[in-house]
Amino acid sequence: MNSTSDRLTTRGVGVRVRRGGRGPQLIFLHGAGGWPLWLPFFDKLAQRYEVLVPEHPGFGVSDNPAWIRNVPDLAMYYLDVLDATYKAPVHVIGHSLGGWTAAEAAVRNSTRIASLTLLAPAGIRVKGHPPGDNFIWSPEEAVRNRFHDQALAEAALAAPPPTDEQLDEQMQNNLSAVKFGWEPRWFNPDLEKWLHRIAVPTQVIWGREDKILPGIYARLWGERVKEAEVTVLDGCGHSPHIEKVEPVAAKVLAFLDRVRS
Amino acid sequence: MKFVAFHLMPYRPLDLEAAKAHRSAWVVLPNKFYDPKKGAEEYDSYLDQLAYAEELGFDVIACNEHHQTAYGMMPAPNLIASALIQRTKKVKVAVLGRALPLVSNPVNIAEEFAMLDVLSKGRLITGFVRGIGAEYHSTGVNPAFSHDRFHEAHDLIIQAWTRPGPFEFEGDHFRLRYVNLWPRPYQTPHPPVWIPSMGSRETIVWASDPARKYPFLVTFSTEAAVVRYLNLYKEIAKEQHGYTATSDQLGWAVPCYVADTDEKARDEAKAGIESLFNNFLPMPIEMLLPPGYTSISSMKVTMKMRKQIGQRVQNHTVDDLIGNGTALIGSPKTVREKIERMRDQTGVGILITMLQFGVMPDHLAKRNMEMFASEVMPKLR
Repeated sequence: MNSTSDRLTTRGVGVRVRRGGRGPQLIFLHGAGGWPLWLPFFDKLAQRYEVLVPEHPGFGVSDNPAWIRNVPDLAMYYLDVLDATYKAPVHVIGHSLGGWTAAEAAVRNSTRIASLTLLAPAGIRVKGHPPGDNFIWSPEEAVRNRFHDQALAEAALAAPPPTDEQLDEQMQNNLSAVKFGWEPRWFNPDLEKWLHRIAVPTQVIWGREDKILPGIYARLWGERVKEAEVTVLDGCGHSPHIEKVEPVAAKVLAFLDRVRS
Repeated sequence: MKFVAFHLMPYRPLDLEAAKAHRSAWVVLPNKFYDPKKGAEEYDSYLDQLAYAEELGFDVIACNEHHQTAYGMMPAPNLIASALIQRTKKVKVAVLGRALPLVSNPVNIAEEFAMLDVLSKGRLITGFVRGIGAEYHSTGVNPAFSHDRFHEAHDLIIQAWTRPGPFEFEGDHFRLRYVNLWPRPYQTPHPPVWIPSMGSRETIVWASDPARKYPFLVTFSTEAAVVRYLNLYKEIAKEQHGYTATSDQLGWAVPCYVADTDEKARDEAKAGIESLFNNFLPMPIEMLLPPGYTSISSMKVTMKMRKQIGQRVQNHTVDDLIGNGTALIGSPKTVREKIERMRDQTGVGILITMLQFGVMPDHLAKRNMEMFASEVMPKLR
């Protein structure tokens, strides 16, 4: 399907965005790996929704204002984006770092959010179940630990080496991942106690074999967020929307239908 | 020229072969490999060596800080400095250095250094560093804020030493209602500050600033890199700051071994120097350079170099390390001439010699120190 990309500026901070599809509006917040290509998952959503995929400030070639120092800052920025960009409440989907950001935004102000879909979100800590130490992994380990299906890892590893431009973007992504996720490692100790403030329909989707954020985290999200629907997928790693496109897209679309009816 | 006897205090009893099964001798090497009884013997040997350096006529004896590694057993170097102060009378004692960004309250560093300065009646030389990348893994401190924390901690410590207290410090990373040092430093306005570094332009510009004029010590680099960095310091002092840097602002930290002949020196130093570079020092780039620890531009340079020399397998030989001038190993005449050559090329005035390195046993370290002191040092004074 066709997607376009351009730049979206909110309160002086410009970020790259990809857009595609028509219908009710939906925004996807990416994980710490950086701005995704236009994924098959987005195609499925775009058949019925107008999908916007921004690149977070500090990632790739988006602006990197010094005042965005942590995930709560990023969340407040996105609340500004929602105010400035959309007339009506918008469906928010967030993966990993993006899921954490979406949750931080929703506990602060849910009035601009129509629904929340969290794909293996970071942001809280289950003691005794630390996340994998992605910062100490080699690039190959990082790819292998991202997927349960090693055929997907092999394909990613077989890709041609990055161009200089892509390398620059990757390094900028890595730097921002460290800024947001190094300490406390991938969570905010002051988030879990406020998750009851999320006042919109929420679903949480996780891969049981997630090596970055263990599947056990799904349960705590389910306990803390009112009436959250929790799904744990077998044979799936940290990126359910990439590794299990069909079932995840179907789940998300069915959930959004229910929310809208 | 001033001579510094410097020690890393490596853990020599390490089972080098077994340790190779782990990613690095840093961060993840299980501490079951450390035997406290052997460790106690190591401290005795190393403290004896540094105290002996005073008798041999060195100007300064020095230790440094590293965490959670067999590479160096001084996570709290001020404890070692305190022991050295009690064992010596006149020699200066240097801590090269403390890793400022890694602590939550830099006033603790200001206080401990002030204590050491008073305890030694003004014999302390301090060093300020950021810690190496691995130490951001082992302490959890966010490397993305490493530079900011370093500069802010530096300002706080210098103010704590020099401003009448109590005063309030209002930083972005450190906020303290009362800064009021008891004891204050013995030296006026404060103990000397030296900056050990692998070399980066930003660090050189900052250290050479006329407000600071901190001596810059190039560590673990090839001869060509040492020449480049020391001359860059002089250039920046002249062109950017408008003054001529003196030789006591220029330091070179280098493993050093002398014996009767070049061949004998090479053979005796081989196990020590190769274990230092191939067993104690190596770590994957993810440990060495976590994102944020260096600027993206200098990280790219390092990554390209790494690609050429291979990622993890390091196989430095004693001959490579002698050949590229990373280590000074040879007869007293050979070593002296190499130091003279460096002095001619750069005007270096502080030589930080590491006279025990890697697995080098006590008897060789002692003879090395004696021969260096009697046959190399005097002619360079």
